[in-house]
Amino acid sequence: MSAVRTIRKTRGLVGENVRRVDGTPKVKGQFLFGSDLWAEGMLWGYTVRSPHPSARIRSIEIAKAVATPGVAAVLLAADVPGKRTYGLEFSDQPVLAWDRVRYAGEPVAVLAASDLEVARRAADKIAVVYDVLPAVTDMEGALRPDTPHVQDFGNVLRHVHIEHGDPKADAEVWIEGYYETGMQDQAMLGPESGMAMPAEDGGVDLYVATQWLHVDREQIAPCLNLPQEKVRLHLSGVGGAFGAREDVSMQIHACMLALRTGRPVKMAYTREESFYGHVHRHPARIWMRHGARRDGTLVNVYARILLDGGAYASSSAAVTHNAATFAAGPYEVPNALIEATCVYTNNPPCGAMRAFGSLQAAIGYEAQMDKLARALGMDPVHLRLKNAVSTGSVLPTGQVIRGRAPVREIIRRCAEIPLPPAEPVPAGRRDPLSLPGGAGNVSRGERLRRGVGFALGYKNIGYSGGFDDSAEARVRLFAGPGGAIAEVHSAAAEVGQGIHTILLQIARTELGIEQVVLHPSDTNVGSAGSTSASRQTMMSGGAVQLACAAVREELFDRVRARAAATGRTLPDDLWLEGGHVLSGADVVGPIETFLEPPIEQTRTYHHRRTSPLDERGQGDPHVTFGFAAERAVVEVDEELGLVRVVQVAAAQDVGRALNPQGVYGQIEGGTAQGLGFALMEEIQVQDGLIKNASFTDYLIPTILDMPPVVSALIEEPEPDVPFGAKGVGEMSTIVSTPAILAALRDAIGRELNRAPVRPDDLVGLAPPAASSGPPPAPDVPLQEPIPGLHGLAAGQENLGGTE
Amino acid sequence: MLVKAKVNGEWMTADVWGGASLLSMLRENLGLPGSKNACEQGECGSCSVWLDGELVCACLVLAAQAHEREVRTVEALAPEGGLHPVQEAFVESGAVQCGFCTPGLVVAVADLLARDPAPTEATVREALSGNLCRCTGYAKILDAVVAAARRMQESA
Repeated sequence: MSAVRTIRKTRGLVGENVRRVDGTPKVKGQFLFGSDLWAEGMLWGYTVRSPHPSARIRSIEIAKAVATPGVAAVLLAADVPGKRTYGLEFSDQPVLAWDRVRYAGEPVAVLAASDLEVARRAADKIAVVYDVLPAVTDMEGALRPDTPHVQDFGNVLRHVHIEHGDPKADAEVWIEGYYETGMQDQAMLGPESGMAMPAEDGGVDLYVATQWLHVDREQIAPCLNLPQEKVRLHLSGVGGAFGAREDVSMQIHACMLALRTGRPVKMAYTREESFYGHVHRHPARIWMRHGARRDGTLVNVYARILLDGGAYASSSAAVTHNAATFAAGPYEVPNALIEATCVYTNNPPCGAMRAFGSLQAAIGYEAQMDKLARALGMDPVHLRLKNAVSTGSVLPTGQVIRGRAPVREIIRRCAEIPLPPAEPVPAGRRDPLSLPGGAGNVSRGERLRRGVGFALGYKNIGYSGGFDDSAEARVRLFAGPGGAIAEVHSAAAEVGQGIHTILLQIARTELGIEQVVLHPSDTNVGSAGSTSASRQTMMSGGAVQLACAAVREELFDRVRARAAATGRTLPDDLWLEGGHVLSGADVVGPIETFLEPPIEQTRTYHHRRTSPLDERGQGDPHVTFGFAAERAVVEVDEELGLVRVVQVAAAQDVGRALNPQGVYGQIEGGTAQGLGFALMEEIQVQDGLIKNASFTDYLIPTILDMPPVVSALIEEPEPDVPFGAKGVGEMSTIVSTPAILAALRDAIGRELNRAPVRPDDLVGLAPPAASSGPPPAPDVPLQEPIPGLHGLAAGQENLGGTE
Repeated sequence: MLVKAKVNGEWMTADVWGGASLLSMLRENLGLPGSKNACEQGECGSCSVWLDGELVCACLVLAAQAHEREVRTVEALAPEGGLHPVQEAFVESGAVQCGFCTPGLVVAVADLLARDPAPTEATVREALSGNLCRCTGYAKILDAVVAAARRMQESA
């Protein structure tokens, strides 16, 4: 034992700006995404999709396609080896449609061919005869008793009713509003893609870009009629996700084709196909009424939210649960009545997208808070400060906020960020690029109006409603060249957000070594749960921390045993630093000298248990919450309806930033997606058909559209969560859209009750979105929500709550 | 049809369909998947490469148009065993998240800095306006350009 050796402090720990583990291969073009995979003898898979939103399939003629040189297989619904349907929460989606198609873009056949062009041409030779049926394309229409049923049991997918305090309580001041939001696309740059390799044991190995390997497998295996262990999933490079990869897309099709042909089959959607191949953000119609005392204290909130779920359930039930539970915003409201309904229509299916139901709600409640501030003659920031929740507050579900809720702090910190300097108006001397319309060079800036808007929002971290979305991780510590090396094995999907780097930072922190490596993410370790709901840092981070602690304990047992065997005493507690075992200030020895054999431990992390909502919408549904505020400054050319966002100021409650650079990146990227939803991003659906399935017609923000985002992190470590770190992925998206909408209203004084805002709305050529009448009754007659018997044993059927 | 092109300094021949894009030839025939296929209609810049020294979207160029010409891709940017200053700056600045846009952006930034070693922010924004990124909100990409420009000027 030596007390004089200097132990170098371990670097790359939790709390540092650590370089991404996948950064170098990504900048070199060496990182392999799902669409980059290649194998000897590989075939290309291709999907034939319905052109109709609602139709009966009369016949499918495939002989010409089968006879095409280079085509190896053409498969129809009858070729699905096992279960014919799949789904995240409810197994309602056909692998391949067999009698009915319920949305335009629904897969009806798949084929495999020697190359993509051969596959496309062969697909053109498949003749499907459809009897076109009436399509249900309006979400309110879907609730009328005389409307055809999209699914046999009816059109109500989920209904959530929350009753809090006395919903009849009167207030001194009332304001009302109606809001609409459009269908947003995740527009992740990497297409849906992967490669299925048939295995010698009759099973299949699937390399795929996904958000949750294990739930994919739970859906794939029954459809292939294979036991779970014969379906092995491996994470390929993902290329962004934002919710679009929660649902199965090409997975089952590629596996079917590989098993049928005995050859590797790759599938990669084109951009157009990607718009059909994944779910979108639910369009919403929202009716709200807020009552307050004259001093601004909120008294009562009524919210009625209708969501268009499209043709299949996906995660709509949970999205509805979120929209409902967050409908009143992060404000103390003693009385509330909240009704949220998601309906089936023949529109494209909707499901998970970053902010997951809470963004639509925030667009409503934040507009309402501004309206209320105006009615009361109060400053909108002051009104928010007055009503903000804090630790101990009771939410409309009866849930008490137990964790940290530094909401007033984030409001203050956001409001304190300096405003950008005023710029000359008229803007004759300004660089045209700095004017709304920018590179289009359409404005001289004669009629510019500047506006400032503020928004507050919050969201759950982790899955809710009683679902135990645990995460497993395995850590192996072994002696390697240069000292001890830890290998972390987790199935957590790295989709770009940086979880793999975080997991290595945690292992370094817990084990006091710098050499940490990542085992490829696959199903050879237990489920990590989904990379969604801002949960992986908490869940898989927690699992790695537990596994490392178990490894450390075993290591310390060895150290103590060896010391005892040689008669040495270890005066103080053991700890690890700089690759060494220490006892107090004394160095016991290098870690690697205790690693024969290596130490391996596997652990599972569980968050605190939650509970589903009861019939009055009361319960303890969410694990914990992340809060955010943003202030947007915009310039509007009120003649042209063009907008430039000048600055976004952001303040976010992050618990503790484990990789601050990554946290800022999440805030900036999430803000960009919210900006897109405020100003330009909408899937145009007409009569069930997507009209803009390309990046030429579906616009996402470019570098010219993005203002500086000035962020402040509020770090108050969350109790009972690993390292006190809250998930940070979604909160900025929730607040950026309503902050920009508020700034636009401030600039030009129009109602702007629809997101995204269009130039016509800004110049007054289009009237505000009008409600068709009173909100649809919550107790929709004759139509029960989706029956429980459709539940899939994928472990999430109870995620939504009280079905 | 046979297309012969000098790709990353080496003459290569590919047997491609007449309608194939340069992007398809690079990715599917020549084993160079670094240039990405995000939109395949010239909107996203993920497939940015140099054709005879000029920055192009490889998805908008026919493979046949590259015949007897010189193509340089992201795979040829880094020196042996190291990183190009732009690549280094992207990693260091946190400009990489999912990484799908990264190869195209790295190529576009390297092209910009070769032409204009000290661009203004407005110039950078205009030069990169054809490269979509869905993850970062572009702030750290701007940081990376500044860092790369500084690094390249210091070593010049």
